[in-house]
Amino acid sequence: MRQITYRDALHEALREEMLRDKTVFVLGEDIGRYWHGAFKVTKGLAEEFGDERVRDTPISESTIIGVAAGAAITGMKPIAEIMFGDLSALAMDQIANQVAKLRYMFGGQTKVPVVIRMPFGAGVNIAAHHSQSLEAWFMHVPGLKIAMPSTPYDAKGLLKTAIREDNPVMFFEHKLLYPIEGPVPEEDYTIPLGVADVKMEGEDVTIVATLYMVHKALAAAKTLSKEGIDVEIIDPRTLVPLDKQAIVNSVKKTGRIVIVTEDCKTAGVSAEIAAMVAEEALDYLDAPIKRVAEPDTPIPFSPPLEQFVIPNEKSIIKAVKEIVY
Amino acid sequence: MNLEKEKLVEMYRKMLEIRHFEEKAFELYGQNLVPGTLHLYAGQEAVAVGVCANLRKEDYITSTHRGHGHCIAKGAQLDRIMAEILGKKRGYCKGKGGSMHIADFSVGMLGATAVVGAGIPIASGAGLSIKLRGTDQVVACFFGEGASNQGTFHEGINMAAIWALPVVFVCENNLYAMGTRQSRVMLIENVADRAVAYGIPGVTVDGNDVLAVYEATHEAVKRAREGKGPTLIECKTYRRKGHSRFDPATYRPKEEVEEWLKKDPVQRFKTKLLEMKILTETKAAKIEQDVISAVEKAAKFAIGSPYPAPEEALEDMYALEDVKK
Repeated sequence: MRQITYRDALHEALREEMLRDKTVFVLGEDIGRYWHGAFKVTKGLAEEFGDERVRDTPISESTIIGVAAGAAITGMKPIAEIMFGDLSALAMDQIANQVAKLRYMFGGQTKVPVVIRMPFGAGVNIAAHHSQSLEAWFMHVPGLKIAMPSTPYDAKGLLKTAIREDNPVMFFEHKLLYPIEGPVPEEDYTIPLGVADVKMEGEDVTIVATLYMVHKALAAAKTLSKEGIDVEIIDPRTLVPLDKQAIVNSVKKTGRIVIVTEDCKTAGVSAEIAAMVAEEALDYLDAPIKRVAEPDTPIPFSPPLEQFVIPNEKSIIKAVKEIVY
Repeated sequence: MNLEKEKLVEMYRKMLEIRHFEEKAFELYGQNLVPGTLHLYAGQEAVAVGVCANLRKEDYITSTHRGHGHCIAKGAQLDRIMAEILGKKRGYCKGKGGSMHIADFSVGMLGATAVVGAGIPIASGAGLSIKLRGTDQVVACFFGEGASNQGTFHEGINMAAIWALPVVFVCENNLYAMGTRQSRVMLIENVADRAVAYGIPGVTVDGNDVLAVYEATHEAVKRAREGKGPTLIECKTYRRKGHSRFDPATYRPKEEVEEWLKKDPVQRFKTKLLEMKILTETKAAKIEQDVISAVEKAAKFAIGSPYPAPEEALEDMYALEDVKK
């Protein structure tokens, strides 16, 4: 199968869905012909589809989302891009109070088929306002679905599904993933929301990892296997809906779980997954649940500081060894 | 002004409907039949009716926490509005929205949002949808002068302006944002002056004169349908009661209240129609009697409607339509 980058996989999904469905359009800051998006995901789209369907907006995050909501409830399928995930805070009312609630609040009279794309993640020295991983915020808002692909294959398949969904989907990408390559079929395919991917099967311990952490977990598993520890890695791929069954089944097999996420530990995604495992699979656990996440700080700038807070291969290996003995 | 006689009478009837509806809602509240709170539209009838008399069924409006009048003026049914206010299953939102969140998508009423100013970007989004779909619909976006201090006012109107979206922004300036008098929170007298900042027309009209509102909106709607972009219309008006049910509005000087009550929009329009010999006292009395019985009927419907089953709280979260393969 051909290998393409995560960036190109996203681009293909956008392009193909715009070709397939005239109601699909994209909007965001500097996504058009003059810049093509901060991470170049929308390269060439304005040239192909015109400035009407590939809309550069003013720096108005709240209204980017509000406009997407208004367009969605009147028959369009907007894909809004927020340049950096941290800036979603500026749009929080529109996301959490409007996009997420309109359908419910109006008794199911409308649907809000909006896709909101944004990159999370630290590791490129751009400090506290451009690096955080905030998926837990959105996981706490009823009404939003959440996809966070870790590979080019998942990026394309999940984005297509998100665009075809009739419900709002938060689509979280990771800055460090854009250049990575992987196999992506040329033909049309979608990946259902709520189906985890078992990245690697193993018997000794389950690692649940998301987004870029999937790759760090894979690297850690490689090292661990040399020491005779057999790791199973699960990438939930979507947080809402969450494939609880895949996680529970794995825990039933291994009896141990380490959850690796790049958000802050307190009230983070790992807390929710840990609670779910405690509720649904406690009797199968042979050791305490371990969480590897960021400490409760903003993302610092200086490289040694930044590297210190991001979960890495070492911290994952350490956590695994604490419960596999 | 070239308004047909029937149209003028119909406008008068709508204003009366709003007035009597609000009085009935207030009465039912007193009988403990309305859960929560109520923000009555009484006193501002000329705005909703003057604006909506320019709209077609397929045109859209967005509304606010003080939104009953907008619903009625756009053509929603009295009985289902009242049922929603009472939290009943036959309400427009099946009891999930209540007084502050009524929507009737079947008449283009895209819903009321109770976050002050949040409907402005949504209205711009509906305008963008119209532009992209290439219809000649328009959107009327209602909000108060308090909302004009929100960031969404600036962002949302600016975006509509730069894209020449078919939106009429209607600021109902009733002088008070809850208990805060306009002069305490802005140094300008006319909110319409802010239109200059967006390069669009801004007009201030007597919001208690339904014909003045009609005329200003007529121009704005024409401009919008012709693709020339949005207009900001400020309607100076006054609420007859406090901000919400329990507010005695002691922050408003007695003389000011008396002055405004003399300018009552319903009475003024009636006098005008009598002068124009479009109405006679007998005919006016007949219309009022009809309206009163329609409102009575709506109240009976609402009171007689069942509450939703408690577990219906879990419904209407997501559109169920599967991803189209």
